[in-house]
Amino acid sequence: MATTSIEQALPSSKRYMVSKKRQELVIRVIATLICLAGLVIILFPLVWMISTSLKTRAEVAKFPPVWIPAEAQWHNYRDALTGNNRFDLYFKNTLYYSVGATLGETLSCALVAYGFARLRAPHKNKLFVLVLATMMLPGWVTLIPQYIMFSKFKWIDTFYPLIVPRFFGSAYLIFMLRQFYKGLPKDYEEAGLIDGANYFTIWWRIILPLSLPALGAVSIMSFMYHYQDFFGPLIYLSSQKNYPISLGLQQFQAPFGGTAFHLLMAASVVTIIPPVILFFLAQRYFIQGIVVSGVKG
Amino acid sequence: MATQTLPSGKKKESSWALLPSNKLARREAIWFWVFISPWVIGFLVFTLYPILASAYYSLTVYNISSPPRWTGFDNYVSLWKDRVFWKSLQVTSYFTLLSVPLGIVLGIALAVLLNQKVPGVGVFRTLYYLPSLMAGSVAVALLFSWLLNPQFGVINLFIRNLVGTNGLIPLGWNGPRWLQDPNWVIPAYTMMSLWGFGSTMLIYLSALQGVPTALYEAAEIDGANRIQRFFRVTIPMISPVILFTFITGVIGAFQQFTQAYVISNGDGSPAYASMFYNLYLFLNAFRRYRLGMASAQAWILMVIVLLLTVAMFWVSRRYVYYESDEEGGI
Repeated sequence: MATTSIEQALPSSKRYMVSKKRQELVIRVIATLICLAGLVIILFPLVWMISTSLKTRAEVAKFPPVWIPAEAQWHNYRDALTGNNRFDLYFKNTLYYSVGATLGETLSCALVAYGFARLRAPHKNKLFVLVLATMMLPGWVTLIPQYIMFSKFKWIDTFYPLIVPRFFGSAYLIFMLRQFYKGLPKDYEEAGLIDGANYFTIWWRIILPLSLPALGAVSIMSFMYHYQDFFGPLIYLSSQKNYPISLGLQQFQAPFGGTAFHLLMAASVVTIIPPVILFFLAQRYFIQGIVVSGVKG
Repeated sequence: MATQTLPSGKKKESSWALLPSNKLARREAIWFWVFISPWVIGFLVFTLYPILASAYYSLTVYNISSPPRWTGFDNYVSLWKDRVFWKSLQVTSYFTLLSVPLGIVLGIALAVLLNQKVPGVGVFRTLYYLPSLMAGSVAVALLFSWLLNPQFGVINLFIRNLVGTNGLIPLGWNGPRWLQDPNWVIPAYTMMSLWGFGSTMLIYLSALQGVPTALYEAAEIDGANRIQRFFRVTIPMISPVILFTFITGVIGAFQQFTQAYVISNGDGSPAYASMFYNLYLFLNAFRRYRLGMASAQAWILMVIVLLLTVAMFWVSRRYVYYESDEEGGI
């Protein structure tokens, strides 16, 4: 009796399976199509940016627009980056303070995160809550006193205000690194202590080499931020010889529609190339960084 | 600093002691303070002192060249009467209300789609993330001011070809004047910020992949359809992530500055429609050198963000599901 009922049930459950499979296939196809359409929309501005950067000034103003320039005007790039706009200098300035800030930030966060992740001390958790709380704090509250402080140091129009504060850690990156450190086995410290090492040696000789991927993620996030930062340079740098690319780009903008969009777009393309290359080289670190920050938030 | 040196050394310390009495624990705690000293110094010098100092400056008239002059709450009173200040608050709130929820909905929607065993997820993930690498940069601000140009911009070209006078569906609508029309400025900025939604999407995608399949199977056996499974399983399971992106989104939106500064040439035009809160703060501080007034604005901003954050946490208590975590939270 039992067997017959199963046999009776079987065909219909098979049919159910087939229809379910088909349904899933349909959903997959639709999902893929929507994702593709979204991709076209998302990437269009970038394509348009590149296309505009290769047009002549006349083609830029043409209506309806020229999709692909008749002849690629590669000299736009030379024109945009030289002359009044010293982009070679701007790049050098940007790299100088970005690298400095990134080094300082990575090093200090690696230290601080180690303390919070792996050492025990009274009030540690309360302090860490304070670290997290500073993440919620709008940076603008500290802006004006910091500006006054730096101007008293005579640091205005130097790179110091953009680099020095980075040597004191930043909450978000401390949080990320702490998550990573917490995942390492506790045995390292125990073994190190038995061998007579102190915590600094353990951190420097054992933990840091093990956390290179996490440090990579943190330094990339830090670099990307400083590379594109507009606000810090806007406030602290005033002479053109100190300009970074973000301020250099802004100079292209002319009032009343006089902006030379083909040159502006050429310069913009050049400025976004380094982050894009960095991204493709170190994609894994990027994704790791973002995912850690979100999921454990 | 050392408190009672009890022989057992077992949790009998005064709760205010910074260092335990046990020798090993004490050594560890000293190292803890050494390791976190950069942050402690940074916190005192670059966070705590500035917060207190800006509270003081906010009660003075100060233009950096002469010493601050105490005026009590005058700055706050004049901000209260300042129509541009209220406008800046309104512009920022409108932008936040529009861009943050849209970004979250878009992020979840796309993450769910990509999670449907779409072929080449890796490629999609990379390419969708690409714009958020540069979102917020000057290059993107200028790119969008070009795309949104009412005469020559591509976005209006599409609109015109679709619903313009001679378009596919001739409704005679030739597209808004975007950044030049006070009513369309904030939607335009919202578009710009949505363009960088890839990073939020990645966060959701990894959250979705963390939802145990057993839950979906159980729901399916109980007869839940796809939509029910989405709202009864997926959303509750990723609710902590939604809360996280919501809070960081609101804080971020309240600090919108670069794009508005670059596009409006720093004056919040047209008709103050892009006078974001921080743009006005910046103008008061660094164009008019009213540092006292700007400090008052900064303090008001801090209080607003603080209240919003607390409110979001408080409201979310009922709706956010946390798995029990043996580590005890954070």
